[in-house]
Amino acid sequence: MARLARLALDDDEVGRYAVQLSAILEHVDAVRRLDTADVPPTAHPFPVENVLRSDTERPSLDREVVLAQAPVAENDRFRVPRIMGEAP
Amino acid sequence: MTGYETVVGLEVHCELATATKLFCGCRNAFGDEPNTNVCPVCLGLPGSLPVVNRRAVELALRIGAALNCKAQRSIFHRKNYFYPDMPKDYQISQYDEPINVDGWLELPDGSRVGVERAHMEEDTGKTTHVGGGGRIHEAGYSLVDYNRAGVPLVEIVSRPDIRSAAQARAYVDELRSILVATGASDGRMEEGSLRVDANVSVRPAGATEYGTRCEVKNLNSLRSLERAIDYEVARQIELLEAGERVSQETRHWDEGDSSTHSMRSKEEANDYRYFPEPDLTPLVPDVALLTAAAEGVGAMPAERRHRLSNLLAAGSELATRRDGSTDQVVTVVDLGLDELVHGAVAAGADPRLALARAANEAAANPDAAKLLDPMAFAALLKMESSGQLSATQSKEVLAELMSKGGDPGQIARRLGYEQMDNASLGSMVDEVIAANPQEWRRYREGDDKVAQFLLGQVMKSSKGRANGKLVAEAFAFRRDA
Amino acid sequence: MTASPAPELGSLAGIAASVRAGERSARAVLAVSLDRVRELEGDLHCFNEVTVEAAEADADAVDRMVRAGLDPGPLAGVPVALKDNLCTVGIPTTCSSKILAGWLPPYDATVVSRLRDAGAVAIGKTNLDEFAMGSSTENSAFGPTRNPWDLGRVPGGSSGGSAAAVAAGMVPLAFGSDTGGSIRQPAALCGIVGVKPTYGVVSRYGLIAFASSLDQIGPFATTVADAALGLEVIAGHDPMDSTSLDRPAPSLLATLDEGVSGLRVGIVADFLSAGSECGDAVVAAAEALAAAGAKVDQVRIPELLLGLPAYYVIAPAEASSNLSRYDGVRYGLRVDGPDAETMNARTRGEGFGAEVKRRIMMGTYALSAGYYDAYYGQAQKARTLVIRAFEAAYRDFDVLLTPTTPSVAFPFGSKVDDPIEMYMCDLCSIPSSLAGHPAASVPFALSPEGLPIGVQVLAPALGEAVMMRVAASLEAAAPREARGPVTP
Ligand SMILES: [Zn+2]
Repeated sequence: MARLARLALDDDEVGRYAVQLSAILEHVDAVRRLDTADVPPTAHPFPVENVLRSDTERPSLDREVVLAQAPVAENDRFRVPRIMGEAP
Repeated sequence: MTGYETVVGLEVHCELATATKLFCGCRNAFGDEPNTNVCPVCLGLPGSLPVVNRRAVELALRIGAALNCKAQRSIFHRKNYFYPDMPKDYQISQYDEPINVDGWLELPDGSRVGVERAHMEEDTGKTTHVGGGGRIHEAGYSLVDYNRAGVPLVEIVSRPDIRSAAQARAYVDELRSILVATGASDGRMEEGSLRVDANVSVRPAGATEYGTRCEVKNLNSLRSLERAIDYEVARQIELLEAGERVSQETRHWDEGDSSTHSMRSKEEANDYRYFPEPDLTPLVPDVALLTAAAEGVGAMPAERRHRLSNLLAAGSELATRRDGSTDQVVTVVDLGLDELVHGAVAAGADPRLALARAANEAAANPDAAKLLDPMAFAALLKMESSGQLSATQSKEVLAELMSKGGDPGQIARRLGYEQMDNASLGSMVDEVIAANPQEWRRYREGDDKVAQFLLGQVMKSSKGRANGKLVAEAFAFRRDA
Repeated sequence: MTASPAPELGSLAGIAASVRAGERSARAVLAVSLDRVRELEGDLHCFNEVTVEAAEADADAVDRMVRAGLDPGPLAGVPVALKDNLCTVGIPTTCSSKILAGWLPPYDATVVSRLRDAGAVAIGKTNLDEFAMGSSTENSAFGPTRNPWDLGRVPGGSSGGSAAAVAAGMVPLAFGSDTGGSIRQPAALCGIVGVKPTYGVVSRYGLIAFASSLDQIGPFATTVADAALGLEVIAGHDPMDSTSLDRPAPSLLATLDEGVSGLRVGIVADFLSAGSECGDAVVAAAEALAAAGAKVDQVRIPELLLGLPAYYVIAPAEASSNLSRYDGVRYGLRVDGPDAETMNARTRGEGFGAEVKRRIMMGTYALSAGYYDAYYGQAQKARTLVIRAFEAAYRDFDVLLTPTTPSVAFPFGSKVDDPIEMYMCDLCSIPSSLAGHPAASVPFALSPEGLPIGVQVLAPALGEAVMMRVAASLEAAAPREARGPVTP
């Protein structure tokens, strides 16, 4: 789970979270056991549809402002260490 | 590859030709300075929220309609995975409720390929790998430009109905024509507006079960698509023949060594944890959206090819393909010059000649050709058919007509293409006969090859002004006299 | 130790009227506010950053407008505090997390722009539980905020800094965000008014997301009228937020004094645990409303108890996705590594605190293949059941009453090691979050040890006006000493 969430945890943390997570899962078990045949899911409190904007250009940010926040920038781009995985 | 059948399904990502990105007002443009078309939304800055671009929805519906899909109520999901080119570390995409489903595409040879879905999603940024020859794993580090992040995409997923590399190529070619014809995309593969992944498998001929498939990526041109499928089919057959099994995996086409390579990453199989995007509302193809999607869209290429083919003489020997079209028809429709041809023919031009001039000479400069007045084009073609202009002269006039416009008759006169009167033509023919007695003898003895030579001599001395048909008639008259 | 009443800054309307009339300068009002901050901030730690220079510049701009004969707006010269998860251009916005330390947003949240347009003067960014996950402000990476009523106790959370700043009289108005109770619970624990509006009434653009389908921004104030004015200013449609409701901002002040005569008020019996001081306060509140002419009855809505477990699936699930972007690539903290994947993991491992990591893991689990249907899918259906139960109850009642919290402010450290115990703080506030309904907490009583107790008023979607009317009636019936501001 920590790998999927991309979190580096030490052994101590792993142990602690394992215990706490199973306690939380136990607590939310009421939801899992619920009989929900014929109950539709609610993803959103209000059934609003087709909220759209027009295809009109708006000003972008200044590159200097954007890159000033980058941990490391080079050549007007964001720099990252080499990437091991492939994009899906 | 006797004994095996190739099975291919294609996933085509198409960048939409909107002015702005899918969820923000940044410019959707290729080739701008890095990280200049970015804002809080497409950089995924904390607190920013997406709002869907209406035009992108219209174009997605337009693509769906062109591919005979059913438009339906759709929602966006988040596809969660970490990657530096993805600003939010999730991609907003459509998952189990896409906007277009269940369509098909007819290829020029008349075959049909099913389209499973054509859904909307956002593009990622662009990563440049520095060091290690640009290859990702050997790179020292990578640089990211987010100009492309958030550009609207439609992903068109075909059914596994394709049976050869050539058919795969024809499918993408036809799809590209449709995308361009509808104005949904510029269709430029070299700029990445159109990106193709191929799911390839083989099975024993006659089998009904599909074989294990491999997904082939990095297909940057129609040529690499065709070559990669051929390679992959051969590789899989070789494995099966050796009694081994094809393993389901993603493979990378390497243009350099003309082969595919396994892209096994160190990560386990991805778990994208799809869930409905809470920041967006559902899309419903209502009358307003469907009307705007259909607005200004003419007939699709297949239908236009049919119409153009029907225009040609019935049962024409040019009709070599099943749908009656020819390479010229395909070219003319592809370049959008079919209306020009129809207009010229309606004004009395010969259909075959109109098609030929459109597919060859006009096609050299399609933008100018589209602005041609069909009446002027027809007038020129009639001058050529009647022998008033030679083919060479006609082409010159057409070039002038496309670059500067005007009246073809006047252009011909200005270029000195006055029709030669019969007397001067006759004396020119007589001079050539006098100067080439041996060739004239051989001509009279029925040597056809020398006829071309004599004709050429007259054309030369007339500086191309003579009408070839009339010159040939003049030689024949003198021989038969 | 007990707190003593603090000097009142005056009502928002009063401050704005005097500034608009040129009787008092915005700069002078600001000075009073900043003096109070200087006096108490060392004890309380309400702020991650007090932006004195920016505030002075804003106050001067208001004063210039007044001198030029222009109207700076309904909050002219009113000092306000902003929860540090609202983006402010050029001012650090941290979510009280190490992972965002030093980040300077290049844009303002819509709420921040609206406040400035209304003439308000923002004085700083208030402390919170990291990424708004918590009920005590103990999860801040920059240290906890203390409760002005008792420095040994928590102010509640996650908007603890904003609540404590108002309760201590530093500002008359502050803003927080509420996902499962993060405005109402600290308001109750600090003896002030806190309002969570209907989902979609206030734009979320520029609010750093915790759980997108639940998050709403709302006001803290010492009086119902001030909270109503604060909400009126920030409400209204925003094209930058697709979930923002396309309707005009609610008019609240106009009907605030109309009373409760004839209104049907339901006491949610499921939340009245026997003998609890918070439950007793609700019963007393109902009696007060009855005396003012309301028809009061008890109602059982057992489905609301599904809210807590459903929330602790939905909120972490959305959060796990919302917090993926903190990966060390574009902004904020980076802890380097030999490759991008290791860099991401180290950055997140070190940059996030324990509660945030716990919820990311919980949410990742709830969404993962094979568990989605059992957890996230089921929780969404439980959400439907909660909404249906509310719908049924609102056929018989105009508003519902519950305690805001199961207990009064608790001592530091008493719940940090037990996540479940901490989660129980939100028991009564979560159902209306899941339904997207409005809810307000009003200070109504003092516990035997002199700590404030809040009563929660719930209303159906877009029922803010009637909800605030009821809140105003409760306020009128409550003892003055039950509400802030106080001096620790
Ligand atoms: Zn943008």
